[in-house]
Amino acid sequence: MLEARTLSLGERLRRVSAQLDAGQITAICGPNGAGKSTLLASLAGLLAAQDGSVMLDGTPLQGLTARHRAKAIGYLPQDGQVAWDMAVRPLVALGRLPHGDAASAQGAAAVERALAALDLAALAQRPVSTLSGGERARALLARVLAGEPRWILADEPLAALDLGHQLALLATLRGAAKAGTGVVLVLHDLALAMNHADRVLVLDGGEVVADGAPEAALSPAIIERVWGVSARWLGEPGARALVAS
Amino acid sequence: MNRLAIFLIAAIAIALPLSLLAGRVWVDPASTPNAAVILMELRLPRGLLALVVGAGLGAAGAAMQGYLRNPLADPGLFGIAPGAALGAVLSLWLGLGTALLLPAFALAGAAGAMALLALIAGRTGGIALFTLAGMMLASLAGALSSLIISFAPNAFAMSEIVTWLMGALTDRSWNDFWLAAPLTALGIACLAMAGRGLDALTLGEAAARSLGVEPARLQFWLIAGVGLTVGAGVAVAGIIGFVGLIVPHLVRPLTDRRPSSLLGPSALAGALLVLLADCLCRILPLVTELRLGIALSLLGAPFFLALLLKMRRELA
Repeated sequence: MLEARTLSLGERLRRVSAQLDAGQITAICGPNGAGKSTLLASLAGLLAAQDGSVMLDGTPLQGLTARHRAKAIGYLPQDGQVAWDMAVRPLVALGRLPHGDAASAQGAAAVERALAALDLAALAQRPVSTLSGGERARALLARVLAGEPRWILADEPLAALDLGHQLALLATLRGAAKAGTGVVLVLHDLALAMNHADRVLVLDGGEVVADGAPEAALSPAIIERVWGVSARWLGEPGARALVAS
Repeated sequence: MNRLAIFLIAAIAIALPLSLLAGRVWVDPASTPNAAVILMELRLPRGLLALVVGAGLGAAGAAMQGYLRNPLADPGLFGIAPGAALGAVLSLWLGLGTALLLPAFALAGAAGAMALLALIAGRTGGIALFTLAGMMLASLAGALSSLIISFAPNAFAMSEIVTWLMGALTDRSWNDFWLAAPLTALGIACLAMAGRGLDALTLGEAAARSLGVEPARLQFWLIAGVGLTVGAGVAVAGIIGFVGLIVPHLVRPLTDRRPSSLLGPSALAGALLVLLADCLCRILPLVTELRLGIALSLLGAPFFLALLLKMRRELA
């Protein structure tokens, strides 16, 4: 279990508490500047909170060594930087850095599994610069999967992807969750959160204003209060669409 | 070891003995008088020193480019080379520019720059602050060097300082080699310690930290590594530009482009380049020997321009 205990960080997070369960997809939603990325980075142990703490299975994250933490929690930042034009396989192999075993049989096997999971085997030799946006996003997610973390924390992994790639990536993440990995995603697109998350955390002004099943946490009343938009959900559960009304 | 490293080592193994024969006087080991003395006491230490200086600059350049995630980064950026030069200039100005004291002053200058960098950058390990601190140090050390030169007591002292700054391996002895070699080796070892962190930085600072990289520790290895290699290089050879910039560029496409896999080949290629350039300096029939620093800049600038034009074509 990954748990935020009354996390506070200036104006960005105010006494945020949440217990996240492994084996689920949790979406963090909220308007711009609500503190979504800050919360995700804090959960990943990358930002030190002024007050409160993040606990991983009952141990404070700050008490773990950087390497130990890196093995447990994989983090995919939003910017998707790749400074050098390396091929897909060495890029994905960077995910093994916390284990220090990219050259060993065990590490290489994990890299191959990650490549296969994201259907990248045919692209393994291709330089990153020649990939399409969707292929690049898959390669970056494969980098996280290659580390075989118990938690995957991803900041807007679906932004800038077309529908087909969004669904393919979500299917991969769902597979990881089914295998027991905790998946936490910052999502801008409320429909994606509604249809694909097991649980939604809505942030506004650094505070948790809703936390629960998607239908409850993203109810029209909450959307109106947080986003200031009057909207309603159409369609069946699992295939909802949001329309302004 | 990969094929690239083996190729470079083989090239050095061929180039070094040949380079010993080349110079103002072409040595034929069988017939030249005093051939053994010329080879063993003049040319061998000079050739080995070229390898040491080049290896240090090549590795430091590769590490710097990896750290700043920028192919235009150069070891001079952090102010360590200008700091070492300031030390050397000071020793010359004080009339203490002997074979032993000058390198000691230069190393002290490099160490001072390293300490200041570490102090200013602090414990946060942030890259932007660190780079700005380095650039500030570089410009301060450069200004102080110019100040000292402008205060030179006479024209001879001034020309001595300016000539030294141009960088050369003329008249170097085994002492210089034994001073620079261990420091450079230690520096390259420090840079190798930074390799894993540099690889992770490929994905940006946040991702690198999420992969278990501790920024302050990475910065420590980098300061130590660049400081030792560049400091030792400047101490024995003066300012030698462009090697740290060009060599990683040339070698990168031949590797898998991870900064850590670039360090070794870059060191070897840097060694080879400085050895060949120094050889060229000795062979060219000029009135006085061409300074190595100038030769490398003359070779480097057009090369770099060609590279930029190629980049421009690719962007267009």
